[in-house]
Amino acid sequence: MRQLSVAAYAYIGCAVLAAVGCAVPAALPSASTPWPTVGLLAVLYAACERMRSCPLSRALARGARSGGAPGHAEGMPPRWGCPVLLAGVFLLPPAAAALAVLPGALLSRTEERAATARRVWHAAELALAARAAAEVFGAGGSRAVLAPEFPYALLPAAAATTVFCAVLAALDGGVLIAAERHPPRTAWRGLLLRSLAPHLVHGLAGLMMAVLWRSSYGPPAALLVLLPMYISCWVFAQYHRERAAHQATIRALVQAVDLKDRYTRGHSERVGRASVMIARELGMAEDRLDVIRFAGILHDVGKLGVPTRLLRKDGPLTPEERRVIELHPEYGHEIVRGIGFLGEARAAILHHHERMDGTGYPYGLRGREIPESARVVAVADAFDAMTSTRSYRRARPVAAAVTELRRSAGAQLDPRMVRALVAALARHGWQPEVVTAGTEGPAVPPPRPALHRHPAPEAGPVPGTAALPGTATAPHPGPAGGER
Amino acid sequence: MSADGPGDPLAVPYRTGTPRAVVLVHAAAGALACLALGHTLWRGLSDPGIALAFGALIAVGELARGGSAPPARGGAGTLPGDRESAPLGVAGALAYALLGEVGGRATSHGVLQAVAVVVAAGLVGLVPHVALGRGPALDHIARRVLTVGFAATCFQPLYTTGRLAAWIGNGSYYICYLLGLLALTALCDAVLAAALARARTGWPYGPLLRDELRSLLGIGSAICATGLVIALATAVAGLWALPVFCLPLLLTQLSFRRYAAVRATYRQTIASLARATEIAGYTPQGHARRVAVLSRAVGRELGLGEADLSVLEYAALMHDIGQLSLVDPVTGGATAGLPPAEQRRIALLGGAVVRRTGVPAEVAMIVERQADPFRDQPLPARIVRTVNAYDDLAGGDGGPGGTLRALERLRLSTAQDFEPRVVEALARVLARPFGAL
Repeated sequence: MRQLSVAAYAYIGCAVLAAVGCAVPAALPSASTPWPTVGLLAVLYAACERMRSCPLSRALARGARSGGAPGHAEGMPPRWGCPVLLAGVFLLPPAAAALAVLPGALLSRTEERAATARRVWHAAELALAARAAAEVFGAGGSRAVLAPEFPYALLPAAAATTVFCAVLAALDGGVLIAAERHPPRTAWRGLLLRSLAPHLVHGLAGLMMAVLWRSSYGPPAALLVLLPMYISCWVFAQYHRERAAHQATIRALVQAVDLKDRYTRGHSERVGRASVMIARELGMAEDRLDVIRFAGILHDVGKLGVPTRLLRKDGPLTPEERRVIELHPEYGHEIVRGIGFLGEARAAILHHHERMDGTGYPYGLRGREIPESARVVAVADAFDAMTSTRSYRRARPVAAAVTELRRSAGAQLDPRMVRALVAALARHGWQPEVVTAGTEGPAVPPPRPALHRHPAPEAGPVPGTAALPGTATAPHPGPAGGER
Repeated sequence: MSADGPGDPLAVPYRTGTPRAVVLVHAAAGALACLALGHTLWRGLSDPGIALAFGALIAVGELARGGSAPPARGGAGTLPGDRESAPLGVAGALAYALLGEVGGRATSHGVLQAVAVVVAAGLVGLVPHVALGRGPALDHIARRVLTVGFAATCFQPLYTTGRLAAWIGNGSYYICYLLGLLALTALCDAVLAAALARARTGWPYGPLLRDELRSLLGIGSAICATGLVIALATAVAGLWALPVFCLPLLLTQLSFRRYAAVRATYRQTIASLARATEIAGYTPQGHARRVAVLSRAVGRELGLGEADLSVLEYAALMHDIGQLSLVDPVTGGATAGLPPAEQRRIALLGGAVVRRTGVPAEVAMIVERQADPFRDQPLPARIVRTVNAYDDLAGGDGGPGGTLRALERLRLSTAQDFEPRVVEALARVLARPFGAL
């Protein structure tokens, strides 16, 4: 919520009025509201909301913390107190269920910007959802919470939880349009589907709380249900934090390459992006896309093994030096060999300089012998090398690069991958200057003399591309010069 | 970090042979299990339906157990779930031990049947794991048999004779009694687990027990609460409560596994990053790994807890990263021989790289300060500095002569560079047989 618009105020105002209308009947003298239960649940929910980052979890998280996890704040994901809300829905009359939500939601922690508006909105939508869910549950037979009829409570409880979730999703979509100016067509996309499964699980926990609450053991037994839920949410948050830290480490591997070879800055990230575009165009599965992205990002990681003096050398390379540089795919494979989840990305790193006609390195594989992932990365690498600015020449326009790629398809690159990239470019375009967060560092690479370090391609099968870094088109002797 | 692919690159081999404490625990658990099974076979199952339901629950929990053998202690284990790889199984076992009635009707399984069901279900759940070639994790089973026996002994006789109800009724006090009993059980289990780990590894007992107790706060409390809730809910609502409440717990278990998996790949990535300096020829083969393993052992010797140890391990793995920004490799990768100002510059460069990796900021701090005089350093940095210098001096494989000479050199520099306490801890660690690191 940036500067809240009039529409947003109007929308939130309407929701607040409706919520007040939902909750007020509980306070009327005629209503037989079970005040102790309402009070206890309200306090409980408020405690849950305040405890998003509790000292216990912080103590546990020591040593497992990440510095580079943008977007994922410390502590719980929001609304881990959801089972309490749903227990209220199952235990209380509808209006009282709406009332019990309010204190917790109004006291909750939230982002700095427009905090009051956020809290009020949060309280209003939860009250509305709770009221609706409680009405549904009441219609389905609220007495079923009593123990002997327990199995019959499952269906109404599931229905009530679904309604709760649906009302929240509908209202959330509305506020996205009113306050965040999302287009109406996309505002609701995926909102319900994403949240339904977690809500149903929380619904089961809430039902268990309600059953225990009404049993002879009383509310203390119900409280115990919250502990496993809390731990579960905590683990979930930890998982996301750890994953972000892991991705930061992958980036760090790439940045370590940048330390040595400064002028290919951003190249790895862009190759990763282009590789994913190709793979998606080929219809690869989502988890394979991830692996391909890592293959693109890490394809040059083996340059860590090449002496820095060689990588930064100005002027032509001797055949001996070229051979050393040509070792980088093998070094890269050696470095990432221990990382289990990379899977076929490891093959891509080893073989991204193979050529379709069998004159590439390190093994001189040809055609379909080259792993598919390596063929994808090779095309992406060649494309980015042509379209990005290097110290010794300017970037080419995308159209020129595409022509060049088409020309080298067959002998050097896999035509299928080239076609896929061209199709993807036609559909999505290309923003070469996008640099993902975290690649900042020494902002300007040291100026290098604009030397042509890439020997002209005598009799190269694809004349023209040999001078382009990243394409490695020059035939033996001397493909390494093309690599840089 | 050698050629064994995606396995835990830093696992430490166990001491060979079985220490007496382990034999003792196993024998006690085995005797109890045999007694329970024999008694149950002789008398027949009472309430077979209930026994079957809980047995199935425990077996499923055991089946859903993660792949790694439980006592994965060589590695960084701040994850509270490292300790318990089958929380659902444990919770089910505790619930069966504390089950007094089902749907309002009193149960009649006694202590021995509770133990027998837990043992039988545990064995059934084990079959696939053994078939896949993973170890049967006998320590865990022994511990579980003993804890379940303890909890059932403290609960079943009192409950079935009605004395518990006469003393404290059936309300909140009852819950308090159960909570207290569970806390006691968990405490005993932690003591037992630490004793087993101590006997197996020879590490000091205090930090091991502290780690066990800390893990008790996390997943341990959740397991106990879940076991209790299952017992209570089954008492109120009948066996229906089992599937309803086990679904959330199963999800917890799955997210624990995902967490453990992503943590493992994270460690692999850090280890790969650390290896980059070796492949680049800046440091000798295996240097980072040796320094990490030795640093961990020295840190443990000095009484650091699991969380600090994992920070120390990451720092030790990446301590040479700064050399990547050198244009020419240092001879032999041994920074110990460089002038102090140069050492400090490399350390700062390394810290800058480490800060981007998403590891805790303490790690980067340790890497940055590794070249300072020890009085300005935090303890982990002193350890890394000492162990790094030792590895440089001993020249990798060491050998008895190299080890002694290197230690002697370190001792001569304890005025400014290396802390005497750390050097002595290192000497003690090195004096042990290899497996005890």
